[in-house]
Amino acid sequence: MASTTEAPPRKQHKVPQRPGDRIFSGISTGSGALILVVLAGVAVFLITEAWPALYAPASSIPGGQGLAVYIWPLLFGTLISAVLALLIAVPLAVAIALFITYYAPRSLAKVLGYIIDLLAAVPSIIFGLWGMNVLAPLTVDPASWLSENLGFIPFFAGPASSTGRTMFVVIIVLAVMVLPIITAVVREAFVQTPSLHEEAALALGSTRWEMIRMAALPFGRSSIVGASMLGLGRALGETMAVAMILSVSGGVSFNLISSENPPTIAANIALQFPESTGIALNTLIASGLVLFAITLIVNMAARAVINRRKEFSGAN
Amino acid sequence: MSTPTTTQNQDPDLDRPLGGVPLTAGQLPRGAAPGTLAAVAVAGVLLWLIAGWNIAAVAVLGAIAYTVIIYAWSRTVEGPRKATDRFVTAVVTGAFLLALLPLISVIVTVVTNGLARFDAEFFTYSMSGVEGEGGGIYHAIMGTLIITGLATLISVPIGMFTAIYLVEYGRGKLAKAITFFVDVMTGIPSIVAGLFAYALFVVIFGPGVRMGFAGAVALSVLMIPTVVRSTEEMLKLVPNELREASYALAVPKWRTISKVVLPTALAGIATGVTLAIARVIGETAPLLVTAGLADAMNMNPFDGRMTTLSVFSYYEYQSPGLFAEAAFDRAWGAALVLIIIVMLLNLVARLISKLFAPKTR
Repeated sequence: MASTTEAPPRKQHKVPQRPGDRIFSGISTGSGALILVVLAGVAVFLITEAWPALYAPASSIPGGQGLAVYIWPLLFGTLISAVLALLIAVPLAVAIALFITYYAPRSLAKVLGYIIDLLAAVPSIIFGLWGMNVLAPLTVDPASWLSENLGFIPFFAGPASSTGRTMFVVIIVLAVMVLPIITAVVREAFVQTPSLHEEAALALGSTRWEMIRMAALPFGRSSIVGASMLGLGRALGETMAVAMILSVSGGVSFNLISSENPPTIAANIALQFPESTGIALNTLIASGLVLFAITLIVNMAARAVINRRKEFSGAN
Repeated sequence: MSTPTTTQNQDPDLDRPLGGVPLTAGQLPRGAAPGTLAAVAVAGVLLWLIAGWNIAAVAVLGAIAYTVIIYAWSRTVEGPRKATDRFVTAVVTGAFLLALLPLISVIVTVVTNGLARFDAEFFTYSMSGVEGEGGGIYHAIMGTLIITGLATLISVPIGMFTAIYLVEYGRGKLAKAITFFVDVMTGIPSIVAGLFAYALFVVIFGPGVRMGFAGAVALSVLMIPTVVRSTEEMLKLVPNELREASYALAVPKWRTISKVVLPTALAGIATGVTLAIARVIGETAPLLVTAGLADAMNMNPFDGRMTTLSVFSYYEYQSPGLFAEAAFDRAWGAALVLIIIVMLLNLVARLISKLFAPKTR
């Protein structure tokens, strides 16, 4: 098997450099550098276009109270929807990864993995249509029950929305949408669990669950953390499903089942952008810059966690 | 600890060898789990058909009932450890089935609603001058193909050469940085990619710019990292012996890569590119802010608004106008076409990797 770390032979000084070689390595290096340039470019161009909003008088920002007041409810909506979606998605994803790796028949594992991946292939607009037409009506009755019986919990304060187009539905749809990416990363970690550990646990008489708890879960822990953060990044940036499902009005509120919901940054951009001009447009781009910064930090942290596991696991 | 329901009492040595501590443990009969499941299923079907309960509620109750029964039964017969194991098995399987529900529901919903407008007119007409019923998505299909095609043309060379750099040339800090930031880039929200393309084109063309090419640039930002990752994985799989054999014949490095390494990995790369296309072809948000919406056919990606399937579906649903029913039908029809395209691309990708994979032996 080819070892990845020493794939091409070392360059020696005497080897003649043909023009073809120089051109080819130049193009390759250039392409690689271009990716870094693009990422930097995303930041630079967003800042350029957001700049006027940063320095505009507060009264000219939509809402009339300045940029921070405009963005804060959006940021709140973004964070609460993504975090709660993650609370649903992570346990489910870990359970699914366990099922595929340890419980399903070996021959079916690959196919089952594909099926979960298909969830990731469904375009977000279709999740939006599905969420508002199928899922939202289904939640109307449970939501009113929740507001009547559990109304003392701030999340279920009510009054329950009659259309069902609430933060609650958004959270469920977001959870479904981030499920595949979390499952994929966690499954990769479980597959790499040293089989000697698994076999040792089984040989000592542990049940399958005890083997998982003692061998697989400790090994996969940092992957679960990293995968959750990746999922968080996805949920933070999800646009169309949120824009279509959520009936937007009102500001910061923990109430998940009423018809007054804070929008998320991404959904707000999608809803407002086509009709916006001038400083309103710059404000939207400024909010996009905030979203970019948050997702960048979350993703970088996630990758750092996952990569660290790779270095220390001894599995590769 | 365990009741001797299934253990055999004829062998006292194993059952109570040392002051009453048994060496054998009770075990549920062979068909316990499937039997319980069947019993719960029968009860559920009866409740559904005769008592008229909601099928979803019956399914959830049935799953819970099965878990409780098997746990309690196993705990009394087999003890807490085995019982926990059976409990986890039930929960984990249930989680998988639960995840299938939205997938099935989504597909069923889109197919049933979308078939209303699956006629010839739908595929051959644009929305130019259409009010009320009729009209089609020809312009949106063409727009989707043009924009996605352009995005592929931009992304595949950049992505492939980056992967070549990472596998064949890259050493040191630059390669590490690229690997890391390619991973980070896969997490960029699609709307941010759209805003970037818009901001870039505003700098060049002035405010309010909308064109298909801007959409293609936005999609490339989303597509490049996927192409890099999959190509990189495939190039790493090419055995080193092939490269060495080529060098031994005094073939220059660039010809080795283009004539030996790339052809060997071609099937895998094609799979990766197809999956990358499937990922971006359904994108809505970045196209909403860059390519916009047009009713008429527009084949020129450098001039004016250009409709894609997803954006078309979104607008038909969001602002249906006076003839809402017809617009909703068109929205669902476009969604169905989109999901068919995406599923086909996924299928093609798997087929490519299966049929054209290099023989390892």
